[in-house]
Amino acid sequence: METIQAILSNDIVDAVLLSILPIVFILLYALVTLYTEMKVAAHIQDRVAYMRTGWHGVLQPFADILKLLQKEDTIAANADKFLFILAPYIVFIGTYGGYAVIPFSSIYIGSNINLGAFFLIAASSLVVIGILMGGWASNNKWSIFGGMRSAAQMVSYEIPTALAVVVATMITGSLNLQDVTRFQDGGIQNWVVFGGPFPLVQRLLLLPFTLITFLILFTASLAEVNRTPFDLPEAESELVQGFNTEYSGMRFAMFYLAEYANMFLVSAVAVSFFLGGWTSPFGSFLSGPVWGIFWFIAKGMVFIFLHIWIRWTLPRLRVDQLMYTSWKVLTPFLFVCIFTVGLILVM
Amino acid sequence: MSALRKYFANIFHSLYTVIVGMKITFRHLFVPAVTIQYPSVKLKLPERARNRLYVNIDDCIGCDQCSMACPVDCITIETIKATPDQDLGVTSTGNKKRLYVPTFDIDIAKCCYCGLCVPPCPTECIVMTDVYEFSEFDRKNLVYNFSRMTPAETAVAKERARKAEEEAAAKKAAAAAAAAAKQAAPVQPKPEPPQSPPTTTQ
Repeated sequence: METIQAILSNDIVDAVLLSILPIVFILLYALVTLYTEMKVAAHIQDRVAYMRTGWHGVLQPFADILKLLQKEDTIAANADKFLFILAPYIVFIGTYGGYAVIPFSSIYIGSNINLGAFFLIAASSLVVIGILMGGWASNNKWSIFGGMRSAAQMVSYEIPTALAVVVATMITGSLNLQDVTRFQDGGIQNWVVFGGPFPLVQRLLLLPFTLITFLILFTASLAEVNRTPFDLPEAESELVQGFNTEYSGMRFAMFYLAEYANMFLVSAVAVSFFLGGWTSPFGSFLSGPVWGIFWFIAKGMVFIFLHIWIRWTLPRLRVDQLMYTSWKVLTPFLFVCIFTVGLILVM
Repeated sequence: MSALRKYFANIFHSLYTVIVGMKITFRHLFVPAVTIQYPSVKLKLPERARNRLYVNIDDCIGCDQCSMACPVDCITIETIKATPDQDLGVTSTGNKKRLYVPTFDIDIAKCCYCGLCVPPCPTECIVMTDVYEFSEFDRKNLVYNFSRMTPAETAVAKERARKAEEEAAAKKAAAAAAAAAKQAAPVQPKPEPPQSPPTTTQ
């Protein structure tokens, strides 16, 4: 017992353990989401999806992963080999870096730094570089188109994301997601999306702006993770899977895993800033560190479901519509929100 | 002013249509699936569905009409004549069988399921069934042999047919020889006609 305690109290072991926990979560979550995505997609189209691998096809994600593992790992002859091999890891690292500041529970956060949200936005910018790198290194016209589109799109949409985070930061008064979450503790009425824990008048004044900001953050996060209706970098019908045309086997799986991890990451940001993070919606009822994990993941999964639901509802936007949405709608609305929220908070 | 109005109307319209679309897809999430899970559940075939061919070889009279009707030549029939002293029986439709059918092969891989072979059959022994699951790993297995005659039986039948033919040929030759002899012997009795007909004079 003492030796175990001694090992656990070692700083390096602690750091390794803390950094491994999210990857365990990501792998399990990716399996669940793979299955959910296919099932939801099928049922929205009145189909049934997998039915033969285990009960209602629950073993299908494992079969898919097994298939990807066995696949031949091809690299195009004229590809830039070094960048080609590096790209999927950069994408995953960029995403995984963001998990460092995500508070899964009141007792678990990878790195309790004051600039949490700032770090998260900066780290997830690395994803753009990875995708552009993959597109460029493939030496394929579709891939480079996909990479370019991805760069244009993600750079554009990082501005609404950052501005929405600014609005939330102004209300919560912190960039540390753990503090942001604690700020909203005490039940559903204290969540920032419903105006935050302020006196009633101030809360009612804030409500429309927080709702709009939340909606914009959600829209921008969809674009950040390249999901429909903003999946222009992949656009299978026009760009043949875009930046990952040339990828196969485990490298392709890495891109896939990074996309899923990124989906949860952006959901986690929205949940932490607007929906009370790991706090219970019933105040002190069902709250605690373990319930905290449950609430956090449950709220995150609601967003994942929303992502999937939207994916199978909306068609893809045109490039000009995409840019219009970002620069002419989301950004001006957020400027108005920042200004008004600031005024209300000062009053 | 109208541009500003258009801008807000546009935003409102896009949000509204997104909600309409999502409502529809959400409703469909709970609509029962229309998928038929094929190997476990099968659709009922129409009454006259044309699938794998079946030949009731007991009724076949070896007339070769199905083979001739076939547009892709997937039916191969060989026949051997039965000798007059042999009785091959009658078909269920009452036709007398006069031919052995040692080969009745259908290459179902070639078959185009047109059904043209079915109507010509005088004894209605070639029919299209509702069996459609007959995939094979080897293409040779798709050639169906409907004849039940063993090689030995075929050889016997062939031999008999050959003998019968030889006998018939010998008989014919004898008859012909006799006829020739008959014709050759009485040279005189037929007198020449006194006059040739008028048309042949020229």
